[in-house]
Amino acid sequence: MEAVVDELPVILGAFWLTVKLTVVSGVISLIWGIVLAAMRVSPLPVLRGAGAVYVNVLRNTPLTLIIVFCGLGLGTVMSVQFSRDDLSLNSFWLSIIGLSAYTSAFVCEVVRSGINTVPLGQAEAARAIGLTFLQTLRLVILPQAVRTVIAPLGSLLNALVKNTTVAAAIGVMEAALRMKNLFDAHGDAIIPIFLGFAAGFVVLTLPLNLLSGRLARRLAVVR
Amino acid sequence: MTEISGSDPLVRLEGVNKHFGPLHVLRDIDLSVGRGEVVVVIGPSGSGKSTLCRVINRLETIDTGTIVFDGRELPAEGRALARLRSEVGMVFQSFNLFSHKTILENVTLGPTRVRKVSRQQAEQRGMELLERVGIATQAGKYPAQLSGGQQQRAAIARALAMDPKMILFDEPTSALDPEMVQEVLDVMTGLARDGMTMVVVTHEMGFARRAANRIVFMADGQVVEEGSPSEFFTQPSTERARDFLSKILTH
Repeated sequence: MEAVVDELPVILGAFWLTVKLTVVSGVISLIWGIVLAAMRVSPLPVLRGAGAVYVNVLRNTPLTLIIVFCGLGLGTVMSVQFSRDDLSLNSFWLSIIGLSAYTSAFVCEVVRSGINTVPLGQAEAARAIGLTFLQTLRLVILPQAVRTVIAPLGSLLNALVKNTTVAAAIGVMEAALRMKNLFDAHGDAIIPIFLGFAAGFVVLTLPLNLLSGRLARRLAVVR
Repeated sequence: MTEISGSDPLVRLEGVNKHFGPLHVLRDIDLSVGRGEVVVVIGPSGSGKSTLCRVINRLETIDTGTIVFDGRELPAEGRALARLRSEVGMVFQSFNLFSHKTILENVTLGPTRVRKVSRQQAEQRGMELLERVGIATQAGKYPAQLSGGQQQRAAIARALAMDPKMILFDEPTSALDPEMVQEVLDVMTGLARDGMTMVVVTHEMGFARRAANRIVFMADGQVVEEGSPSEFFTQPSTERARDFLSKILTH
């Protein structure tokens, strides 16, 4: 227990990185996932096809592969750089690309299932008053679709919090990698340290679940 | 009644055909609707009347034939089609009010987003229209909080807010409880009296007699007979129409 208390600043710092990874890739995934969903319901076959290929490839590839590809493929081979001198900042952003690319595929499918719950008449009424396809989607369909899928989106965010640990694979010093390092330093306190980190994740995810559940109930569209 | 110009119809359908898979829903439809005219389309279910209504603002595409609205052929897609639709109001059987928006927001969405009217102006006009259809006190409520009749009147106000050149009514009272039918028909009768061009698909024969300039009788995807309400209801010229009328008017 002593080890946990002694290392508390280090542990909190690691979780702060976890939070940053979650928030940044969560926001990007939400936006990119909604764009993908819009592509998949668009009247243009090219966009529909591109969206379907993207989602099916990313959704069916293990996250570890994607993150390692971002680190080695993008970072090392293709020399994608976000900072010339700060290596940790580089791997931070590379892992965000991977996390967002992966999570957005799931967001797309959740949003698309939400779109399917909106009655066809809503889109017809929107078109009938002269809204364009994009206006119909943005003003009528998506607001209703997203409200119906807040709870599943919350689950995705919850999964994302835990998925950020995969960024450890390319050296991002988030909670999981920091825990492994602390094991090396405090061989006698493995279980307290482990419990400490597990509790940290619960503290992050539990309020998320409560919040998304409450939000889903409050914003529900009554028909 | 408003004068109807026969030479320059607002809508003209020529040789329109439409299939749903193997089903031939519209067969060689030729139909004109004059400016200010109220055309009521009746016929047995499955006769293609709703589809006829929906092809006029291209919610359904057609296979062959031409539809001309206000002197121009219907655009196939894109902004031109959106512009056309903004000039043709539509009232649906199931109301289709935007569930996540209040009644007033339903009425102002089109004017602010399509016509780029200022919010304040749109709301002022919206309230006038809600007043006109008798539901101004419900402006801040959501559609699900209103009765069917109130929802349908809100839908009519939403259509009117675009200052359309015509309004299509696709069985506007068919989903209503009987006691709410009249309030909607009253609003529609008022519109007809004010000279709005209307195509109304309905089973309300009382309304057809009272408000229509012309009855179009459809069966099996064809226009079987058309004429003034008095002609049609007293001396229908086809066997098919006589048969239909005998089934609905006897009781």
